[in-house]
Amino acid sequence: MNARSESKPGSVKSRTTVERTSDREVVVTRTINGPARIVYEAFTRADLFERWWVPRSMGMTLLSCDLDARVGGKYRLVFDHSPEPVAFFGTYVEVKPYSRLAWTNEEGGEGGPVTTVTFEEKDGKTLVVLRESHPSKESLDAAGTGAADAMGEQFDQLEELLVALGESSGQ
Amino acid sequence: MVQYLTTRLDASFAALSDATRRGVLEQLARADASITELAEQFQMTLTGMKKHVGVLERAGLVTTKKIGRVRTCRLGPRRLAEEMAWLERYRRHWDERFDELDRVVEELTRKEKSDEREKRK
Repeated sequence: MNARSESKPGSVKSRTTVERTSDREVVVTRTINGPARIVYEAFTRADLFERWWVPRSMGMTLLSCDLDARVGGKYRLVFDHSPEPVAFFGTYVEVKPYSRLAWTNEEGGEGGPVTTVTFEEKDGKTLVVLRESHPSKESLDAAGTGAADAMGEQFDQLEELLVALGESSGQ
Repeated sequence: MVQYLTTRLDASFAALSDATRRGVLEQLARADASITELAEQFQMTLTGMKKHVGVLERAGLVTTKKIGRVRTCRLGPRRLAEEMAWLERYRRHWDERFDELDRVVEELTRKEKSDEREKRK
């Protein structure tokens, strides 16, 4: 399966493409209007990172954000969530300033997905390619939108619907 | 069989090349809806929405059923439909996130340039 979802040409609003390159991997691509050095900083400096990682539409509040972007360094994001806050955390496994970052996602236990981001500058703009590699197809199917899932009645409903659909189409 | 599958896939991808149709699919992943409801939600005419639903239906992504005077649409019972709804939800999430990143980076880039101009003065 090699399915894509992307914006139609000429559309100003959505310039992000998503491609599921295998059962276990999804790749997100977007060109950001600025040099790789600054985009990289926005990924690795907590004061900048917290300004964009949680868009308002997610309906979640970031309580704290700690990033130690060195190989072996840890990150930890804590979100306000009822009944208690939820944390997303992991370890940086690759750190190449202005060109490449990789980190583990350990909130679900060991052997969680690994996120790899590359930054490629051209004409003052930066192509960001973000790859999420999951240990299994089930893990990727369940992942959806990471932190946003924690809030999700809406997503639970979707999940239920998909299970129901899967059962009915399997008949 | 392979030919049949390829044709179906082409129809699916063509159906999904349109933002409104992807939105309809995402909406139907949440709940069934009538064509009238979809037309209202996406702010278009009934005729326009009928066309979009027709394209999705021919691609096997959506099924419709007429009960009385209301035609109800639901997600087609196909893996691909689920996959596409999943992808669109995922894409939308990252799109919003990267829109914010764009804002932060543009602001920093602007600031850096104006700082440089200051220094040169």
